[in-house]
This record gives sequence, structure tokens and C-alpha cells, in this order.
Amino acid sequence: MAMTIIEKILARASGAATVAPGDLAVVDVDLTVMIDLSFSGSSWREVLKVHDPDKVAVVFDHEVPAANRESAATHARGREFVRRFGIKRFHDVGPDQGISHVVVAENAYCLPGTVMACSDSHTCSAGALNCVARGLGAPDLLYALTTGQTWFLVGETVRYDLTGRFGEAVSAKDLFLHIAQNYGDHANQNVEFGGPALPHLSIDARRTLTTMGAELSAEFATFEPDDVLIDYVKARNPAPFEPQYPDPDAAYLRRETIALDRLEPMVALPDKVIRNAVPVGDAAGEAIHQAFIGSCANGTLDDLAEAARIVAGRKVAPGVRLIVTPGSQRIFAAALRAGYVQTLIDAGAVVTPATCGACFGGHMGVLGPGETCITASTRNFRGRMGDPTARIYMASPATVAASAVAGRIAHPGRL
Amino acid sequence: MPSGRVWKFGDDLNTDLMLPGPLLRASEEVQARAVFSANRPGWVDLVRPGDIIVGGRNFGTGSSRPAARSLRNLGLGALLAESINGLFFRNAVSFGFLAITCPAVATAFEEGQTAEISLDDWTVRNRESGAVLQARPVPKSLLSLMTGGGVYPVLEARGLIAPAQPSGASRSGHP
Repeated sequence: MAMTIIEKILARASGAATVAPGDLAVVDVDLTVMIDLSFSGSSWREVLKVHDPDKVAVVFDHEVPAANRESAATHARGREFVRRFGIKRFHDVGPDQGISHVVVAENAYCLPGTVMACSDSHTCSAGALNCVARGLGAPDLLYALTTGQTWFLVGETVRYDLTGRFGEAVSAKDLFLHIAQNYGDHANQNVEFGGPALPHLSIDARRTLTTMGAELSAEFATFEPDDVLIDYVKARNPAPFEPQYPDPDAAYLRRETIALDRLEPMVALPDKVIRNAVPVGDAAGEAIHQAFIGSCANGTLDDLAEAARIVAGRKVAPGVRLIVTPGSQRIFAAALRAGYVQTLIDAGAVVTPATCGACFGGHMGVLGPGETCITASTRNFRGRMGDPTARIYMASPATVAASAVAGRIAHPGRL
Repeated sequence: MPSGRVWKFGDDLNTDLMLPGPLLRASEEVQARAVFSANRPGWVDLVRPGDIIVGGRNFGTGSSRPAARSLRNLGLGALLAESINGLFFRNAVSFGFLAITCPAVATAFEEGQTAEISLDDWTVRNRESGAVLQARPVPKSLLSLMTGGGVYPVLEARGLIAPAQPSGASRSGHP
């Protein structure tokens, strides 16, 4: 029976010849990733056995360095866990620090064709590396950690064939907003990306898209493998892997073609993204207090380069805070070497250490009552980044950088 | 056969509304008191044990935070929604909260009416109007977790995790 990428990976991982929509697949997990919040408060339960410590990575990301006493205690508990079970892949505060999904990709911990679990909703990010990856809840994560298995309900798959290339100041975030606006949510469905545009889409851009798959409510988001991906993985992880391609006659719920060169910068209005996005021009002029660029979706080197290009030789508007949080310290260092950090700081931005930070309202850029923010991160839910009366618009790094300079929501091509 | 008074919510209800980020490390009691505090302040004071939430599309979109646990801890009997985010559904399974997908449920109920759910034939009946809807069956192995207290007891019984500390995981309001 012909299968999509997701179906093929789930079939392999569950030891079945095939799986089909509607099946409950019990699968072996190749990589379980724990984050700092995995060790926090009411979610944490003392683990007595770990199925296979070599299939575990621990990445502190939500509040690094520790933001307060509670997060410090959480980190301490995580370090004790790492020591007790001999976890080798551990990313503490330091030069290897970063958001787990970014760290997993830049080390290719998750190999094409494999299954990954992590207790953060944006785990689907690793689908850019041709993985079946999704966020689990805390009990689910402990189940995967201690038994080596988890379950997935197999959903139908929507295929997006991408053609052409992005125009100036248009990026993967705009493509995501286009999909959320025009096709709505994908609850209980998988999303598969492919098409002739792939050679022009960097791994960073693909990761932005698969990460935002969580915001479509997709079960899994994945990319068809190509030479760009295979070279990326081989440069980072010597382990052998078997990328999975869809069968030519695989059954999709829908198949859509999107021409990248016909997209324009978009912005999501506050509170949700599903069918709540407009062309930037329709929201232009809205005054802002804060502009944020960061998160697992938009803290990539591509994103920092684009933000620096927009603000170069300009100044952040008076009364506006532009906060930039790289996705990992490795990205931070690369952005330093490339000059992007200097350009951003010269324009008036504050560049923070790599962490989830302001994206989830944790620290380093929390919003106050009545404030308006435009963010290039993952979510614009009410109260997400701080006070519930704050309004959060969501857009690409280029649009956020342009808005920071203008002091109001602005089109990145018309500064 | 769970039945209860219906509270109606719309489409795309997200986890941050059910469990605000600043409370991620708070006690379960404090978390439960904050459910929908930004979009429907005071609602938690009106909820009675066994009440049922009727949602629209894409219920529970958002993060992995244990929002389903807060609904359980409020004493709600079930969630019925046109569609349910997969991660929220997983948390409902693994924290032991009944969450059922039921197409057309949002238009079949007015707030305050009574929903009767049969887990035998997976029907949902509006006691007042008499309308009967067909829900999507939850696979047996997942249903037994949902109605049996979730994943933690399973892992405890297998000696894989330690029993809960009394201070960290109280379940006030859980029926």
C-alpha cells in the first residue's frame, strides 16, 4: 500500500508493513529530549529507570540562565538526573546552550526517517530533518523515557508542493501565515512539504515552517528529503540513516501548490493565527512598544541576517524596544562573526543570550499591561508574552525589524 | 454514562487561556483557579462537578502544558469538541480527562443544556432537544487511560517512576 512520509516512518517504527489513517501506532522512540521544564514543579516525578540513556538528550532552554529561584531549582534537578543516568548529550548554560529544537537540528541528533519525542509543543520542528517528531505532555514523555515507546494516532496528510522562490523581504514565516489564513487549522492531520522550491529553501527556512506546524495544530510536519538535507545531516552526525520519501501514489487528504514568488509579507492580528492574518499593509500604522525576534521558529541565523539587513544604518524608533534572542549560542557566535550582532546593537536592539525567553513570557522581554508587541516567534495568544491585556501581532523577522524602526507596524519593503 | 450541564466555548481555544504561562510552576490548585481567567473571568466559580465543556474546532491548540489536568482538577466531567488538538488530546489521555471529538456538537447545544454521553455506542444526546450525535470512538487502550487516572499510575505500578510526593501533586476537585 502506498504511503506518505509520515506513514512510512510510523510503519517502520511500529514494526508494521504499513499504517493508514485511523490506526493507533505504538512505536519505538529513537530520541527523547528533555528540557528544563521537564524537571519542574508538578510535572516532574522521580524517574527510577531510563530505557536507554543513549537515546536521551537534555537541553535546558526555557529559562537559561536561570531566571529566578524556581528555575534554578529546576536546573539543579535536571543536572542531578543527567549525572545519575549518565546522559551524554546534555546542553547546560554555556557555549552549547540553546532552544532544544534548534540544538537538536544543529547537532542532527534526530536522523532522517526516525522518531523523536520531547515535552515541548514545537518538537515538530525536527520534521525539517525528515523526522516524525512531536510534542508530548509530561506523563507521555516519562512513558517514552522509561519504556522507549509511545503511541501515535495516524492522521490523514495534507501535501504542500512549493514552487518558485521568495521575493525580497518575504520568508518562511509569511508562507506559514499564508497557510494558516487560507487553509485554516490542520488538527489531527499531518503536513508534508515538498516541490521544486526545495533547493532554494535553507534548513533554517524549513525549520521555521515545520516548527510553526504546531500552530496549525498538525500532528506532524515534515519535509521531503533532498541533497541539501542529506549534506546538512552528514556534516553534523556520522551515524547512518535512511531518509524516507513518499510513494508517488501516496494518498493525501488534499494536495496544494503554493507559488513562493506570489506571497507577500503577512501579519497575524492578536490572539490567534488561524484565519486571523492579513497582508502587512492592512495592519500598518499600528503603534508598538516592543518588537521581538527569537524562538525556535525565528531565532535562526537566516532570521538574524534578515533583521540586520533591515535595520542596517537605521535606528530603532524612540520608545520602542527591539529584543533579539538567537535560537542557540552557536547561532549567536555565528551572528557575531558575520557582523549581524554589531549591526543590530548599533541600531538600538538588545541581543540576549539564547533561550525561549520572551516567546513564552518567561523572562527577558515580558509584556506589561496594555502594551502592543509585534513578534517573530511562535505564538500570539492572549497573555502569552506577559500581561493578558497586552496585544501581540505576529510576523516575519523582516517585518518585525521594519516595524521596530518605524515605531509602528510597517512593510519591510517600504521603509 | 457521563452526563452534565454544558458550558459553550468557541473555536481555537488555546492552552495558554487554560493555563497561563506565569503559573506553569504554581500548584495544581492555583492552576485550576486560573482556567479561562483572561477570556472568561469568574467562570471557574460557576463550574459544578460533572459539567461538560462543548467546544468548536481545534480545541486546545497550543503548548504541551498540562491544561487538560486543570480541566480535570476543576471537576469537569468531559470535553466535547468538533475537533481537538492532538497534543491536548494526548494530555487528556495521560492525565485522565475524558475528551471526545464529536462533529456538529457546537451547533447542537445551547449553554446550560444537558449532554449525555454513551461510551458504549459513542453517541452524544442533548437531553433537552433530543438530538443525538455520533462521536468519534476513542481507541480502547487510550480510553482505559482516560478513565483510569492516566499514565502516572501505570508507570508507578511498573516501578518506573516513584509515587507522587504528597505536596507536589494533590488533586483537589478531582471527582
